[in-house]
Amino acid sequence: MIEFEGVTKRYSSASGAAVDDFSLVVPRGTTTVLVGSSGCGKTTLLRMVNRMVDPTRGRVLLDGEDVAGRDPVALRRSVGYVMQNSGLLPHRTAAQNVAVVPRLAGRDRAAARSRSLELLELVGLDPELADRYPAQLSGGQQQRVGVARGLAAEGDVLLMDEPFGAVDPVVRGELQHELLRIQRELSRTILFITHDVEEAFLLGEEVVILSRGGHVEQRGTPADVLAAPANEFVAAFVGAHRRDRRLRVDERDGVRLVVDGRDRPLGVLTDEAP
Amino acid sequence: MNLFADALAWLTDPANWTGPFGIPTLTLAHLTYTLLALVLACAVAAPAGWAIGHTGHGRSFAVALAGAARALPSLGLLAFLVLVLGVGLKEVATVVVLVLLAIPPILAGAYAGIDAIPRGTLDSARGVGMTGWQRLWRVEVPLGLPLLLGGVRGASLQVVSTVMIAAFIGLPNLGTYLIAGQRLGDYARMLAGAILVAALALVLDGVLAVAQRLAVPRGVRMATAAVPA
Repeated sequence: MIEFEGVTKRYSSASGAAVDDFSLVVPRGTTTVLVGSSGCGKTTLLRMVNRMVDPTRGRVLLDGEDVAGRDPVALRRSVGYVMQNSGLLPHRTAAQNVAVVPRLAGRDRAAARSRSLELLELVGLDPELADRYPAQLSGGQQQRVGVARGLAAEGDVLLMDEPFGAVDPVVRGELQHELLRIQRELSRTILFITHDVEEAFLLGEEVVILSRGGHVEQRGTPADVLAAPANEFVAAFVGAHRRDRRLRVDERDGVRLVVDGRDRPLGVLTDEAP
Repeated sequence: MNLFADALAWLTDPANWTGPFGIPTLTLAHLTYTLLALVLACAVAAPAGWAIGHTGHGRSFAVALAGAARALPSLGLLAFLVLVLGVGLKEVATVVVLVLLAIPPILAGAYAGIDAIPRGTLDSARGVGMTGWQRLWRVEVPLGLPLLLGGVRGASLQVVSTVMIAAFIGLPNLGTYLIAGQRLGDYARMLAGAILVAALALVLDGVLAVAQRLAVPRGVRMATAAVPA
């Protein structure tokens, strides 16, 4: 469980707060997505969990314990962290990059290697690619390795900072569904950051919509947010007025077609459960 | 053309390849001073440059130091040190001058090597829980090594050519041929000495160039190869 309690961050006394009095609880085993445009303080919030950034005021608790009291290095070793552009070490192979985490946790070389291969398989990387260097992998493959490295941490928290932001839309879709599958298997406590509302709605059990200064405009399930945007900011951000969000049913020869505001057919309405 | 032929004749004369002032002895002496100065300069400048690159502090100090060192008159400093330390320590004075000359490029290479590493790489090394020392030895030093060796290459060229000034204070090396040749009006010998120093510089540079290539980690070499020129 991750808890933010009245967290404020100022990078310098002159500038305004990057994050101002932010509170949130991420329950164990769930995925919470912070979504907002750049400059809303979401990365700052994420990095407070593993003390890459320390709050100016307020507390961040992991399973009830204030992270300020923990050694930053030990804390980071126990918390999974997946970054945009993978952040892989260029001079280490995919398998070595993942093995860094168990090695730092004190595992011997062989144990770290087998754990690494296991995780690479879990994230769906072709085993033949395990001994390739990051430069020999595509962007999507690098991100898979990055996710495997995040999962290698022994704690249950996984921080994901726009992990799929830099890959093309097709690969992004694949990676998002892989993450959902992995999460069904592992039930990690995931704090995910994105500026993409679609991604937030797909991955988040709870979605937190942020504006400048880490101000919470609305939080709730994707359905809650879409059904009742709290204000005009949220409505505009999630595109509630967009014509492709306004769906209606069009009966044609007894088949109920779902079409969007531009009359594009999206699918067929059925009564079967998925 | 005649002079070149004379220099060549001098170089190939077996008499010049033996004795205390023979080509092998003086080349070895020249190389010894050069390598000693480079090793000592590395021992000082590499850790200092890594400290600057790792912490991000002291860069302006390094730049100022490099500028100051460039303005240092080597021969004047050597004469001054011999006066201060005494003639008995002229070997020490020579090495000190050479080390001072070699420090700035090596220092710059060491910190530039760390500076050139993408921020995301260093950030993720921190994010997975590496300590400062682990980041230094496992990420910053290996990835920065090629640029450090580039600095050593630059330093080696300067040192090889500057060792010659030690011949003025009576320490035999390849510079001795130039000084003796000038005194004797033996221009062939002077040219031969110059050729030998140039050849030594080229050989050293070649060895370091190979080392520099080998120092590029495999994964990074692939990244560079993958990018179309």
